[in-house]
Amino acid sequence: MTTLLLSGGRVIDPSRDHDAPADLLVIDGRIEAVEAGLSAPDGVAVVDVSGLVVAPGLVDLHTHLREPGHEGKETVATGTRAAVAGGFTAICAMPNTDPVTDNQATVGFIVKQAAEAAAARVYPIGAVSLGQRGEQLAEFGELVGAGAVAVSDDGHPVVSGHLMRTALEYAQTFGIPVADHCEEPTLAAGGVMHEGIVSTRLGLKGIPAAAEEIMVARNILLAELTGGHVHLCHMSTRGSVELIRRAKERGVPVTAEACPHHFTLTHEACAAYDTSAKMNPPLREPEDVAAIREALKDGTIDVIATDHAPHHYDAKEREFDDAPFGIIGLETALGLGVTELVRGGVLTLPELIARMSTVPARIFHLPGGTLAPGAPADVVVLDPGATWTVDPSMFFSKSRNTPFAGRELRGRVIRTLVGGRTVFQARAT
Amino acid sequence: MPADGEHTILFDARAIARALQRMTLEIVALAQGTDHLVLVGIRRRGVELAERIGALIREDLRVDIPRGALDITLYRDDLQTVGPRPVIGETRLPHEIEGKVVVIVDDVLYTGRTVRAALDELTDFGRPARIGLCVLVDRGGRELPIQADVVGAYLDVAPGDQVEVRLEEVDGRDVVELVKGGDST
Amino acid sequence: MSQLTLGKDLLGLEYLSPDHIKLILDTAEPFKEVSERAIKKVPTLRGKTIVNLFFEASTRTRISFEFAEKRLSADTVNVASSASAVEKGETLVDTARNLEAMRIDMVVIRHPSSGAAKFLADRINSSVVNAGDGKHEHPTQALLDLLTIRDTLGRIEGVKVCICGDILHSRVARSNIWGLLKLGAEVAVCGPQTLMPLGIEQLGVRVFRRIEEAIQWADVLNVLRLQLERMSAGFIPSLREYSRVFGVSVERLERAPRDLVILHPGPMNRGVEIDSGVADGPHSVILQQVTNGIAVRMAVLYLLAGGRADLAEAAKGGQEGAE
Repeated sequence: MTTLLLSGGRVIDPSRDHDAPADLLVIDGRIEAVEAGLSAPDGVAVVDVSGLVVAPGLVDLHTHLREPGHEGKETVATGTRAAVAGGFTAICAMPNTDPVTDNQATVGFIVKQAAEAAAARVYPIGAVSLGQRGEQLAEFGELVGAGAVAVSDDGHPVVSGHLMRTALEYAQTFGIPVADHCEEPTLAAGGVMHEGIVSTRLGLKGIPAAAEEIMVARNILLAELTGGHVHLCHMSTRGSVELIRRAKERGVPVTAEACPHHFTLTHEACAAYDTSAKMNPPLREPEDVAAIREALKDGTIDVIATDHAPHHYDAKEREFDDAPFGIIGLETALGLGVTELVRGGVLTLPELIARMSTVPARIFHLPGGTLAPGAPADVVVLDPGATWTVDPSMFFSKSRNTPFAGRELRGRVIRTLVGGRTVFQARAT
Repeated sequence: MPADGEHTILFDARAIARALQRMTLEIVALAQGTDHLVLVGIRRRGVELAERIGALIREDLRVDIPRGALDITLYRDDLQTVGPRPVIGETRLPHEIEGKVVVIVDDVLYTGRTVRAALDELTDFGRPARIGLCVLVDRGGRELPIQADVVGAYLDVAPGDQVEVRLEEVDGRDVVELVKGGDST
Repeated sequence: MSQLTLGKDLLGLEYLSPDHIKLILDTAEPFKEVSERAIKKVPTLRGKTIVNLFFEASTRTRISFEFAEKRLSADTVNVASSASAVEKGETLVDTARNLEAMRIDMVVIRHPSSGAAKFLADRINSSVVNAGDGKHEHPTQALLDLLTIRDTLGRIEGVKVCICGDILHSRVARSNIWGLLKLGAEVAVCGPQTLMPLGIEQLGVRVFRRIEEAIQWADVLNVLRLQLERMSAGFIPSLREYSRVFGVSVERLERAPRDLVILHPGPMNRGVEIDSGVADGPHSVILQQVTNGIAVRMAVLYLLAGGRADLAEAAKGGQEGAE
């Protein structure tokens, strides 16, 4: 059933600066009308969403779906189910799979798996370099032809300045951004958390903020040189924010994302050697958290992305040094955004939805992020006031690695529509 | 029936002094003289009692008896149930106990477990010809087949009650008291 | 009488109160005498099983623990890295479960990863003694250093102690800093800035960039071993230069305003961080540290053996993360 009327909700559509009570009519998977007082045509189901918010489905520019190659951690099917449970109707899949998503066959495979899973839309991101080895450019044309929407070597930085320059130049042919995991590898080598007072106390090797900022600065300079669009993944430091702010003032084609954990937690979360707080880039200092929040407010950082990074349940059950980096985020991102940013007085709810839906769709040139008539009906219905407690055993993701277990959050997804079809509906409470 | 925590004086300073006089004579008899006698007190009050007995012998017989002190904490069998003692005292023994008559001195003999630990510890230091046991009060209630050779006084004390020996050197006065319900162990 | 107990584990001095640290030092005193007896053995831990789990080579610490255990009559098993299942790919959590299944009473663990001792302690009911975890803590080494300083100077409060050398990679430095600060000493660190952890002064210590300044200031120098692989990793240009700039030499000490007590956790690189003339000199207490090491470890094992699980959390302190 892809025809229905969402009746009586508060409709927030940042793409059209709309925030008012309205009904939303979906016909054959597309948005037909958004107006107050719509009546359902004959035979159209009416869903009462009074007291709830109706918004464009969330768009995640940074998801690790692990398939192909690491299906024990996540698959396209489980990852997209986790996505729609978290209110995401479209997600971008990072290419650090096995084999690496550096060829059209792998891109096509992911697209096919996503179609079969029939949950969230999946837009693959191709590799910048063959095998993500940082040597030879991948065939961007083939990748885009098969469905890729951007290129990135995420998981690894593009170390070579020359390769980054070439990628930014070549990507312009296809109008796609080059997304980079900013990390200077010799400074970060062996590091397992932020370098600061906590790493000093714990005796753990630190990753200095400068390891990120050096590459942010390099990427900005290369974007300026080439005119290519660079997208900076998971920004975590106040220094990075300052570099991006100045670049944007100069009109450099740079966009940036930040993750919920980086606007919520500090390096103190690692203080008991809690491996669920081990991620890369690492959790930083309170001043960094404050800078990220400020940057989300003023637009220096364009979007919130999850960096959803599933790991097998026992992989984190290790010494801190040996545990893998990463946390899952699809099912907690919206709750953290509402709790930390909206209730924390940083963003309004429409601004949060813009940073999680409209803006990510726009900067990666994706459909979605809008409730304009004629657009595919990718919609999330949420209850911004509802309280829930993070219980990893209830996750749709195959993995459980989150530092937020037990945390009480506000903002709950009630229903998610992709192409007008209800792909997620919250259990009645 | 006295209430819990009530103190009854059993012996005053004079009674204690008299008992020690008699015990000193019995110890010398037990050791068949003073030539091979060594006095070893169990910390804490046994050490003070051994000192007093040593002083009495010096007064009467003009000889210095070698004396030692045992802290039996590390030989206790109740580490699991009672937990570690916060302060462990020093164990100090005369250079040679081999072939001597060692008389262990303690204030109160009750279950016998302290004496058992003291015997174990003493034998780790050498092999005396004979080991004797001298206590100011034997209150009964033994849990091990141990008996004293020299006893100041025999008392029949109920298991829940406690006999407390207080000595000038440690507590500022000499007295033996019965404390009703005072046995918290 | 105080009812202070150590709890289940000894993971680090950061998590102990000053009273706990004093309790261990005071308990160590009578154990010194046990090692002077003809029969150097007391039956205190008879029937207890202790596993010495060493994932990193360490002759000294392991022998010291083994002596401590044997002098307390415990049954000991040594598991060294070369013979361990770790090299067959077994994880620490599996090792922990296996130990637990063997119904042991205590584990003494040395491990190259910071936090490994806590990791083990969180997963088994047996007591865990940290014998050095990565660059984090080496609590018994710091305790024996504290005991040696107290023996030598009669106090710790107000004493100026400078820890010299590779602070960045040193668990000995971290444990010493916590222990000394908690007992009221003034603490400084001195070494090349490349071997100084970021923000160390936030722990409450002074930082000297030059060894000459440290010598002018200190009552006690605790000279750390320089791991020779630091040179190949590029932290220092050469051993010769390190020795010339940071080495504790007789000539440098002669310029000190007072006699300095010299500690070194061993094993020493003579002629690198410390001159033989200093190591063997009149103010070196390095061998006394070794002797005290056994007494301190006996005290720790004794206190933990009687520890009650219900008090373990209180002793560990509120280290359950930021949430």
